[in-house]
Amino acid sequence: MSDLPPYPPLDPTTYDLIIVGTGVSESILSAAASSSGTSVLHLDPNPFYGSHSASLSLPDLTSFLHSNSLSPPPPPPSDTPDFLSVDLATRSLYSSVEIATFDSSILDERHSRKFNVDLCGPRVLFCADESINLMLKSGSNNYVEFKSVDASFVGDSSGELRSVPDSRAAIFKDKSLGLMEKKQLMKFFKLVQAHLAAAAASSTESDEGAVKIAEEDMESPFVDFLAKMPLPPKIKSIILYGIAMVDYDQDNVEACGDLLKTREGIARLALYITSIGRFSNALGALIYPIYGQGELPQAFCRRAAVKGCIYVLRMPITALLLDKASELIVVETGGYKGVRLATGQEIFSQKLILDPCITVGSESMSSLTDQQKETLRVLVPKSISSEGKIARGICIIRGSVKADISNALVVYPPKSLFPEQLAAIRVLQLGSGLAVCPADMHVLYFSTVCENDDQGKAALLSAMSTLIKPQVPENLQSDSAVENDTAEAAKPVVLWRALYVQAMVKGEFGGSISSAASPDGNLSYNELVESAVKLYEQLMGSEELFKEETSPDNTTEEENDGGVEIEA
Amino acid sequence: MHGRPRKAYKPEEEAASAAKAAKLRALQSQFMSNHHNKIYTKEAVDLSTKLLEINPEAYTAWNYRKLAVEDKLSRIESDPDLIKTILDEELRVVESALSQNFKSYGAWHHRKWVLSKGHSSVGNELQLLNKFQKLDTRNFHAWNYRRFVVELTKRSEQDELKYTDDMIGSDFSNYSAWHNRSVLLSSLLARKADGFLPNKKIPDEYKLVQNAIFTDEDDQSGWFYHLWLLDQTVNVETPLLTSSWPSHGSRISLYAGCSNGSFSKLTTFGSESGYFPLVLNFDQAVGGVSSSTVTIDTELKGNEDLVWEPVSKKNSHVSCVWVARLKYISSEPCFGKEYKVKVKIGNSPGIVSSRGCNFSASYEFVFTAHVHDTVEESSQEGIVSWTDGFDIWDAESKDLNALTTLDRSNAQMDSKWRQEAIAEEIDLFRELPDSKIGKLTLARLLMAKAMISDDAVKGVHYNEILELYKDLMALDSSHYQYYKDVHSVALLRKVTSSTEDLSGHLFRCRNMNNSVCLRLNNLSLSRIASVEKLLFVQMLDLSHNELHSTEGLGGMQLLSCLNLSHNRIRSFSALDSLRHLKQLRVLDVSHNHIGEHSVDTTRYLCSSPLFNSEWTQDEVGRQMPTLVTKYWDAYFVLRDLNLKQLDITGNVIAGDVFSSFVLRVVPKLVWLDGKKLEI
Repeated sequence: MSDLPPYPPLDPTTYDLIIVGTGVSESILSAAASSSGTSVLHLDPNPFYGSHSASLSLPDLTSFLHSNSLSPPPPPPSDTPDFLSVDLATRSLYSSVEIATFDSSILDERHSRKFNVDLCGPRVLFCADESINLMLKSGSNNYVEFKSVDASFVGDSSGELRSVPDSRAAIFKDKSLGLMEKKQLMKFFKLVQAHLAAAAASSTESDEGAVKIAEEDMESPFVDFLAKMPLPPKIKSIILYGIAMVDYDQDNVEACGDLLKTREGIARLALYITSIGRFSNALGALIYPIYGQGELPQAFCRRAAVKGCIYVLRMPITALLLDKASELIVVETGGYKGVRLATGQEIFSQKLILDPCITVGSESMSSLTDQQKETLRVLVPKSISSEGKIARGICIIRGSVKADISNALVVYPPKSLFPEQLAAIRVLQLGSGLAVCPADMHVLYFSTVCENDDQGKAALLSAMSTLIKPQVPENLQSDSAVENDTAEAAKPVVLWRALYVQAMVKGEFGGSISSAASPDGNLSYNELVESAVKLYEQLMGSEELFKEETSPDNTTEEENDGGVEIEA
Repeated sequence: MHGRPRKAYKPEEEAASAAKAAKLRALQSQFMSNHHNKIYTKEAVDLSTKLLEINPEAYTAWNYRKLAVEDKLSRIESDPDLIKTILDEELRVVESALSQNFKSYGAWHHRKWVLSKGHSSVGNELQLLNKFQKLDTRNFHAWNYRRFVVELTKRSEQDELKYTDDMIGSDFSNYSAWHNRSVLLSSLLARKADGFLPNKKIPDEYKLVQNAIFTDEDDQSGWFYHLWLLDQTVNVETPLLTSSWPSHGSRISLYAGCSNGSFSKLTTFGSESGYFPLVLNFDQAVGGVSSSTVTIDTELKGNEDLVWEPVSKKNSHVSCVWVARLKYISSEPCFGKEYKVKVKIGNSPGIVSSRGCNFSASYEFVFTAHVHDTVEESSQEGIVSWTDGFDIWDAESKDLNALTTLDRSNAQMDSKWRQEAIAEEIDLFRELPDSKIGKLTLARLLMAKAMISDDAVKGVHYNEILELYKDLMALDSSHYQYYKDVHSVALLRKVTSSTEDLSGHLFRCRNMNNSVCLRLNNLSLSRIASVEKLLFVQMLDLSHNELHSTEGLGGMQLLSCLNLSHNRIRSFSALDSLRHLKQLRVLDVSHNHIGEHSVDTTRYLCSSPLFNSEWTQDEVGRQMPTLVTKYWDAYFVLRDLNLKQLDITGNVIAGDVFSSFVLRVVPKLVWLDGKKLEI
């Protein structure tokens, strides 16, 4: 980075909003703000777009996970005379990072540019989810192409993968369900659909005689509602973990971090059901962006740039600038004035949104007034455990976890791999068709929510050993250890592996200074989008996102070709 | 496409459509003048292209193009490149017409026509079809054309079956795919293609369709396929002889002279004419029964060249029931003698079912005819009464046994897999009791089981079937009459399923010399069935039922007394099948609805005087044309019967005018509406 020529000074020097970090949340906010006529300066200390949602080559990914390179260079010696400068610190969101290369040829020049590996995997989009709606609304859908995830499975410790019967055709074709189970499952889907139709109708007209799920059931735990239907345990598990994508064991009330209510469960099924068939080119409910998830923040950034947002990459900020004299503080800004860039230039704005890893050290805080501390409150690091952790794993493999299928989701429900397994483990396999890896390989993403690093990594390793042939690192390999039993032999071989635990930081509104959310432990962007929308509303008053983009042209386009580009 | 709501036209769309119409009309009149003047120049043909691209439904334009192509082809020497160019252009026009409307009959037909000219692009056709069938998976035009192309390209039926697998797999609500599957399987099974044996494949098909039915029992396409499978399971393709009169091994007594069915034994028959009927009943309609396909070996004289007649509507050459009349009184004294009659069926080929299958298993049966010389002097010029004097039938059921036991040992050699398949289905569908179609299917399965399984277990099933149909009548009133009809069929099957059941309905009629009467009155029957087991019946009481027609009774050739009072017969044409009953002397159709309805739909099913001039040559027809025109349906039925007693009272048609008409048409009538006629 230091080799690059120095930037010329930025001009103009005053903006309505400065955003630091180009993760999904920040990019949505920048596109939304730019579209509504706000002047935005969007910075990122990294040389790439996406921050914690980026897709990177293997070396870049490795160095990003390891580095604390976000920590700014030593602050310039002098305080400016007009402002009080508060130095910023960076914390890494990643811990217990463990990277192993089993086949060093993978790092060769000929491969290295072919990888686009996600930092926040496994992650997909539901065809009907909020992130798609937002892309359509903002017009950022023009910059991304998608492909369908071909299949989804539920696995267990035996290594067998059973496809998730998530649609009428899938239930019909399923070989593991009995006839009565098929009937029960389809009946349940129909009930949900009737309920949704009735709910949609009742908003416009009276809902006399419509089939709806009773109000008291809606408040009961979803797991109890499923049992009442009555659905057998096998199907219950498929619905909870394979379709509703629940994390915690719903049958274990004490250990369960999050007991899902029927209302929320039905909402999740509704998302899944409406996702199937929303776009005629999509095979199922789930799609994935070609070239990796990093395309998504980039698409929003492009949209923002079209609307006048100014972008500067490789540009850390080193300090916040606050008003010196406390009696002059304007109430709305809480004394916030601007930021000092790594180049030393000072840039001013009304408001500031920061990457979740940017903090203020406690020693910097000590000299501040209460009012100033209040202004900076969102930047004070909270204890990570209160926010939650996500263990993530990436494996580059040769072969596929399921013959003839390239892009697939596999879910291991709680307790399916080992008795102590607390939460569901999700695995996403992606192939070269998505331009994320070379032709003969697949990228596997693993994740599970966890209480501590060891627990999370142990769970992921268990899933890995079920799907992949274990391999000793290259330097320990000997020629004698070749023979394996045949079941093991059929499994794919791991070439490269990363394990890490990511801290989850929620987005927070703090008046003039706010913090954006880090990627969460979900499969979709739904919660991230929700928090970004909320933050935007708090920042801009209750203004709607991308209001003026919803032109008649856009809606007809959506009717015609489904709105997003999905390659068949 | 399906499930797309129709939208009202916006004003600008209406204007556009008006402009399109004007343009079309101009094109059309220009085109028609070209067509009439047989102008096949390039400009003229291009005009038709333009017309078809706007309106692919212009059938005349397609025909014009065919003529134009023929014209062009006749001009050029057989230059393959030129031919190809001409035909390619036709295919291109069809394609663009189809993209305008891919349900255009004319366009699809034109494409077939081009291909039948021997065009070599056949290989592309399947690709084009795949495109169309992806756009609209159920489009039957595309499926139909697919079958045509497959036949042309000799693509294997196995590959096509695989294609239906895929189509059904991606969406099983596809009648066209299921239908094509049934067509392909029928063919593969019929020619016993590699591994395609019914006992192997049909059970697999049940498994497939079960998945569709259990996944979504509200979708009808699976149920239709299931019905087809059931039909494949129960019905044997080759026609079978189900029963005969006289039956194998029976001994019948024949008397000269007739006495209104006053025979105390079931095996006794008498006729003034000196002929007795020989009745063959098949399980399906067959044709080709003749003295060459059925041979009779007997010492009874004068039966060398028997004439076999189908018991069916006029001019039809197929029927389930065939009758020949054997002479037993000839000039030579033959009384007091016993004659063996040996009947051989199917020795020489010729008996073919209406589906085209040959009666293959030749069959032989023997009975004894005892010809009595004593003519029973009957007091039977009296009236036959149905109201009282019936005693419970006391005869040993052995007598009956011989009449009703059917020899089906030659039938269904491979019935084991059929029974197993049906038993499995029954177990499964007992678990779908809450839907109407589930109940109906269960009832049909149970009926099928009763048809192909041993006698011993039948009764139980029939009761369950009857309960199911009763439930359905209550649940689904819009199909009440259908359920009622099948309920009647099941009830009659139950009644005739064993001699015990049947003998419960047999009575002796005291005022009638203790003759035997089968009483099926007050059973709310709406349809007649199981006639094949009732061929011996001479006196039948069907009163107080809900019959609309006598269809099926034509097979009961020995019937001499029939009571149809208090039913729902609406016209004489509904009695058409009685024309075949040469022995019928007593008919009671009182208290029906004859004449109540001025419009009678059944009239269109039988011969009408408008299409038939034979009655004008007839004596009665000449003498009273007005009455015959008025009562022509009654005329055609009654004129063929030899009734002595008729009850017509309680019908709208009854009255002095009709009575006087009846007296002319049925001159031998003695009793009309309970009154003796003065002759």
